[in-house]
Amino acid sequence: MTEIPLKAKDFKSDQEVRWCPGCGDYAILAAVQSFLPELGRTPDDIVFVSGIGCSSRFPYYLSTYGLHSIHGRAPAIATGLSVTRPDLDVWVVTGDGDALSIGGNHLIHALRRNVDMTILLFNNRIYGLTKGQYSPTSEPGKITKSTPAGSVDRPFNPVSLALGAEATFVARTIDSDRGHLIDVLRAAAEHEGTALVEIYQNCNIFNDGAFDLVKNPQSRDEALIRLVAGEPITFGDRRVVRDADGHLQVADAGEPVVHDPTDLELAFALSRLSGSELDHTPIGIFRQVSEPTYDAGVQQQVDDSATEADLRALLTGPDPWAVS
Amino acid sequence: MVENKTVRLDRVIVRFAGDSGDGMQLTGDRFTWESAANGNDLSTLPDFPAEIRAPQGTLPGVSAFQIHFAAHDIFTPGDSPDVLVAMNPAALMASLPLLKPGAEIIVNTDEFTKRNLTKIGLTASPLDDGTLANFSVHPVGLTSLTVEALAGFDLGKKDAERAKNMFALGLLSWLYHRDLAATENFLGEKFARKPEILKANIAALHAGYNYGDTTEDFVVRYEVAPAPMPTGTYRNISGNLALSYGLITAARQAGIPLFLGSYPITPASDILHELSRHKNFNVTTFQAEDEIAGIGAALGAAYGGALGVTTTSGPGLALKSETIGLAVALEVPLLVVDVQRGGPSTGLPTKTEQADLLQALYGRNGESPVAVIAPKSPADCFDAAIEAARIAITYRTPVLLLSDGYLANGQEPWRIPDLDTVPAIDPAFADGPNGEDGEFLPFLRDPHTLARPWAIPGTPGLAHRIGGIEKADRTGNISYDPDNHDTMVRLRQAKIDGIDVPDLEVDDPTGDAELLVIGWGSTFGPITAGVRRVRKEGKKVAQAHLRHLSPMPRNTGEVLRSYRKVLVPEMNLGQLALLLRGRYLVDAVGFNQVRGLPFNAPQMQDVINEMLEEVR
Ligand code: SF4
Repeated sequence: MTEIPLKAKDFKSDQEVRWCPGCGDYAILAAVQSFLPELGRTPDDIVFVSGIGCSSRFPYYLSTYGLHSIHGRAPAIATGLSVTRPDLDVWVVTGDGDALSIGGNHLIHALRRNVDMTILLFNNRIYGLTKGQYSPTSEPGKITKSTPAGSVDRPFNPVSLALGAEATFVARTIDSDRGHLIDVLRAAAEHEGTALVEIYQNCNIFNDGAFDLVKNPQSRDEALIRLVAGEPITFGDRRVVRDADGHLQVADAGEPVVHDPTDLELAFALSRLSGSELDHTPIGIFRQVSEPTYDAGVQQQVDDSATEADLRALLTGPDPWAVS
Repeated sequence: MVENKTVRLDRVIVRFAGDSGDGMQLTGDRFTWESAANGNDLSTLPDFPAEIRAPQGTLPGVSAFQIHFAAHDIFTPGDSPDVLVAMNPAALMASLPLLKPGAEIIVNTDEFTKRNLTKIGLTASPLDDGTLANFSVHPVGLTSLTVEALAGFDLGKKDAERAKNMFALGLLSWLYHRDLAATENFLGEKFARKPEILKANIAALHAGYNYGDTTEDFVVRYEVAPAPMPTGTYRNISGNLALSYGLITAARQAGIPLFLGSYPITPASDILHELSRHKNFNVTTFQAEDEIAGIGAALGAAYGGALGVTTTSGPGLALKSETIGLAVALEVPLLVVDVQRGGPSTGLPTKTEQADLLQALYGRNGESPVAVIAPKSPADCFDAAIEAARIAITYRTPVLLLSDGYLANGQEPWRIPDLDTVPAIDPAFADGPNGEDGEFLPFLRDPHTLARPWAIPGTPGLAHRIGGIEKADRTGNISYDPDNHDTMVRLRQAKIDGIDVPDLEVDDPTGDAELLVIGWGSTFGPITAGVRRVRKEGKKVAQAHLRHLSPMPRNTGEVLRSYRKVLVPEMNLGQLALLLRGRYLVDAVGFNQVRGLPFNAPQMQDVINEMLEEVR
């Protein structure tokens, strides 16, 4: 047990970080390392589980327990760990391909169950590790090695998807906005149940500038909407209002909608403000509600099974007979 | 009242056959319990369609349950039934080819309507057209007699008719001098919340019994004496139940929680059902979103220090392959139970087969060795589960346990083990650094077992990072070094090859047989029965049975080479034979059948005799 408060460096492993220079993953790693001491736990009580992809190398660079697993399966593996080891702080690091393509099923089921874990979904809207194919979050018409004539499929919006699965905590943040990123991480870590954090992450090699619209000082005021619970949703000199039918709209005037992260319908409507073009992109906590966790429910059943564990009686069953 | 004489029999095979909705499995099950309580040795074979309610009255909709019970030890559910209980024309016609000449047929005449006959393409009733000339037929209006017996009850006609299986059970119980008390207790529990149905079922049961007593149709009753068995307390058990109990016992002997991650699949689901009822034994069950999540969660739990188990059948095993590979790479204990069924693809979900052996051994990318073990009888599933857990935990490796549909649903008497004799399993969790400089080396191996430390999260000072990427020997850090990969591949193989398994035992009473019959898994029963028959003919034959398929016992080659001929009966197209030939350079000859049904004793007898002809 450590008496002296831990620092960011206490959460760094001795492994050389092997992302491409300039990759957005570095900023996320630095933010996570500087945030982890806030948990007040030693690296020995924290586990990072990841799948496959650039982002999934994350656990190697932390001094916590780390499990770099297989493509898409991290939420399933983390579920087994979380349910049997409620004493641990379980995190999942995944990417848009890992979580939304090959592992889509595990993600939505972890979210609907509300397993106690924090999922960091690095969304760079491209396949990095396999060198640049379009991903399930790439904008339609994306020209990549596997789609020379442009991709035909429509993308997922990770926040809409998570809200559709009724995730109890859904947030979005950006790799380059360290302050915002850490604020979101803090809320996510505190949340009991599954917290899904989508992090816009720049892949400077295969999809550079994918989030420039919401990052560049010239454009971001027009595009980026910062959600704050209890506050009117305004950005630049614009706002989000309800039209006559109650639908959300971006407007120059009118009564701005006040953000309420307990309102699932509002959260969903906010997530639909823009499509893949990102022209009106809310970041922050879309949804944050307290619901019973899967882990607690499972534990409750174990606690409730009050009958004495008499193995001999179990094996003997109701109708034994003796041979003498 | 008729004076019936009682004839003593050595063994009897009874087959209950009816429509999927007729409750034949329950009837057979109860008759099995009665036989067990009577002290008989027994073996059962449920044989039912995959559809929950296949079209009524049709041949594919026939659900049957066969039981073989005897006054001596037996090994198979029997070949040709002595007695058939047929609830309708389809059940009669489907079972007829199986019966012994002269077999007794108790047939429900009420169902032989023109409509039901047409359903199976008959124009005349087999009851009248001489089809049954060679059998001893007891025509009984099971449906109408049941409805009559329940006239005083507040029941609809449908509910009354539904009790006809209890009437049939009562009649059979009378025929074999069985006590009804246990079945009454069973019904009492089953229908605790439906008192009227409960009373009706008990009344039908007694009506069937009394019918036997009063009708003149049955002139003899039978008695099968208890089989001599080693002293002890016994119960009846199916393979899936024994396996569930084995898992609970293993986790307890290791002092760790049991975690089952599973996705429903026939014929493995009953293990999930059973374990979900025993949370008080520190058991967690997780019904996952798919097969992959089932094993993924089990792996996560194992990584955290639980006995992680996943249960499935062939198609599910295919989906789990990648995660098994991860467990091979991570070197964590993991139990994968494959209750095999007919394949490929969906195949025959409710029928048995043992064609997943090569999938279990080799069905993964890369050199990905695992331990594989197979129980030989329903009760043996208990011991096999404990053995699998012992290997998984001791060697930090996935273990594949190959049961099958026949073992899963078949029942036999089981001598309940003395728990004090079940050895403890030491999880030996790592609790401190193991390196020379006070560092922790997650892939530093035990020199004897080659197992690596099981360092579970939460252990102070042992935080480490591992994954599916090749790891450096000792440190476990990512390594793409060619020599290191070669070393690690060989180390993982050497670890599996070095697992301590008992020598292969050979049953060769005279010591000079020239033919060895060797099998694995559920064929033990029929092979043993066939070997016995051949020996009764005065001939010599040796028998061995492999429980450990990976690694195989060290003396396997030596045993094989000491016989002139080796016969390998398998419910596949020769998978074990392929391994034995490839590994030990012996001319192992396969006998192969994939009919979704276990071998039977006469068949084994014939095959062995044919081989013995060749030896001459
Ligand atoms: S390929 Fe892209 S996402 Fe992957 S490390 Fe390089 S920059 Fe980062």
